[in-house]
Amino acid sequence: MSRIKNVSQLYTRWIPRDLMLYYGILAVWLGTTAMHIPDGYLSPATSIIMFLIVLPFWSIGVRKLREKITSRNVPLIALVAAFSFNIMMFNIPLPGGTTAHAVGGALAAIILGPEVATMAISIALVIQAFFFGDGGILALGANCFNMAVVLPYVSYAIYQAISKNQPAASKRRMVGAALGGWAGLTVAAFFAGFEFGIQPVLFHTANGTPLYAPYPLSVSIPAMVIPHALAASLVEGLVTALVVGYLQRANQSALEFGKKPEISTEQSGFAKWRALWTGLAVMIVLVPVGLLAPGTAWGEWSAGKLSSLGLGFVPQGLANLSGLWSAPMPGYNLPALKNASLGYILSGITGTIVIGIIAWLFTMLVGAHKSGSK
Amino acid sequence: MFAEQMAREQGLLQEMDPRLKILSALAVLLAVGLSRSLVVILVLYFLALILAAFSRIPLGFFVKRVWLLIPFFTGVIALPALFITPGPVLARLPLGLVITQTGLTTALFLLLRVGTSVSVAVLLVLTTPWNSVLKALGVLRVPAVIILILGMTYRYIHLLLHLTNDMFLSRKSRLLRRMNGPEERRLIAATSGTLLNKSLQVSSEVYLAMQSRGFRNYPRTLDTFKMRRTDWLAGTLVIITAAAAIWMGR
Repeated sequence: MSRIKNVSQLYTRWIPRDLMLYYGILAVWLGTTAMHIPDGYLSPATSIIMFLIVLPFWSIGVRKLREKITSRNVPLIALVAAFSFNIMMFNIPLPGGTTAHAVGGALAAIILGPEVATMAISIALVIQAFFFGDGGILALGANCFNMAVVLPYVSYAIYQAISKNQPAASKRRMVGAALGGWAGLTVAAFFAGFEFGIQPVLFHTANGTPLYAPYPLSVSIPAMVIPHALAASLVEGLVTALVVGYLQRANQSALEFGKKPEISTEQSGFAKWRALWTGLAVMIVLVPVGLLAPGTAWGEWSAGKLSSLGLGFVPQGLANLSGLWSAPMPGYNLPALKNASLGYILSGITGTIVIGIIAWLFTMLVGAHKSGSK
Repeated sequence: MFAEQMAREQGLLQEMDPRLKILSALAVLLAVGLSRSLVVILVLYFLALILAAFSRIPLGFFVKRVWLLIPFFTGVIALPALFITPGPVLARLPLGLVITQTGLTTALFLLLRVGTSVSVAVLLVLTTPWNSVLKALGVLRVPAVIILILGMTYRYIHLLLHLTNDMFLSRKSRLLRRMNGPEERRLIAATSGTLLNKSLQVSSEVYLAMQSRGFRNYPRTLDTFKMRRTDWLAGTLVIITAAAAIWMGR
């Protein structure tokens, strides 16, 4: 057989001729499960916001890269990125006769650690976007967030949770790898579905025509999560577990590269709770999502809302007390700003700061009773 | 590869400074993304076609390379939108299916945006040698270590592709019958694992080779790009076109 001259030949060589039509139809279906978002599906505003969200993860990754470069192999990252790229090309037969392909992100996270895995997968995605047109250029922020941030971090967290102190050759590591791979890709698919689904809500013409991705959340999220959870994520988990198993037999040191050092230095102050602060910041940024939900929460109606719900009368106690307190930021909004989502975020930040001050005061009061406390 | 050959031709876009090309591509992509008018996107697409023609890219090849893959899948994804988007009815089909006007507009928006964006990206890559693309990324403040790794990744993708092909070939050439499912899965697991092993081994050898040639953990790239008068003229034209497109499509 002659050497393969380009990538497309890799696909057509190993598929049995009589099943070409079957695989062709399946490829079309599976193509809709592909996570690479092309340009045109997301508005430029969304793309720019996704770039801003992914930027801190990139800078963490670059910083980690520079650390590891002084003492580790420089080309390792390039080779893992190339490896991830190749893995994306393997068509793996699933039970039932279909095929699917994996991203390799969970494997990269287990081997390199999630921060450096982010960079390796981002690099593979950049090459795919520029050189193969797989995934848009403006959409790189969103694609990198879904596949290079959510996927490795979630898989790594689950892998660590399941197999943290297991010996290197234990079966539990394979189980952790499989579950991590499955969960990582499914959660990434959820985020992609979310990014698609908010487009018609936020970006449409005056008469309601969606300008970008046309399907609302109720369609886009199931459409992304279900095919991934049932097929592509299974493949990701399978590939991750199989390769981790192979490495346990053949090259255990490869699994040690991403491990954190055994001796942990005591961190103080901000660094100690860094994960918590980051989670809080992420939650504050995601706050405007709440604006998408229509209607008022059950049981939180104002007097006016009650009558519009068809109650017919307002209970006496409610009428007496409802005007007792006029809030400085009524309804989580700052009327002077005339912008609902900005007001929502500001109320989130304000609330967090107020709670933080109260908690700090509390710990000062309580801590004063303890001796030599942190 | 084929693309490198085209990047060395004497065409219009091949003469442009790669940094300018990247920034222009981003400007046009932004204009396509922001446009609320189908006509503007169509005009930008035809502009891309004209630029491709002037850059000695065979138009048939260009159109096939752009439309045959990603926009094809986009068409499949956009198809249900024709029917389920609420709006005034455009056409009634048998089986109770109704194509709405808003559905058609949305599907066209999606398809044209994706097609034009992919065309711009393909134009950029076909008219610029890959190494120049990487070096030009420095203008976007991409860290030097990332550019170094991008270059190496590109080289090693092809190396690993050939290695993978050889591994599959060696296994299949020892077969007397077709493999069943579990055997195929074992083959893929072993191939992936061996590929990873080889990647790690090659990486340590490459690191030693780089060190022995003077690499001291700090990557440097040679940037010899100079903006000439034609580049400044082209840049101004691009800014005017993009601004006009954004304004007309608002």
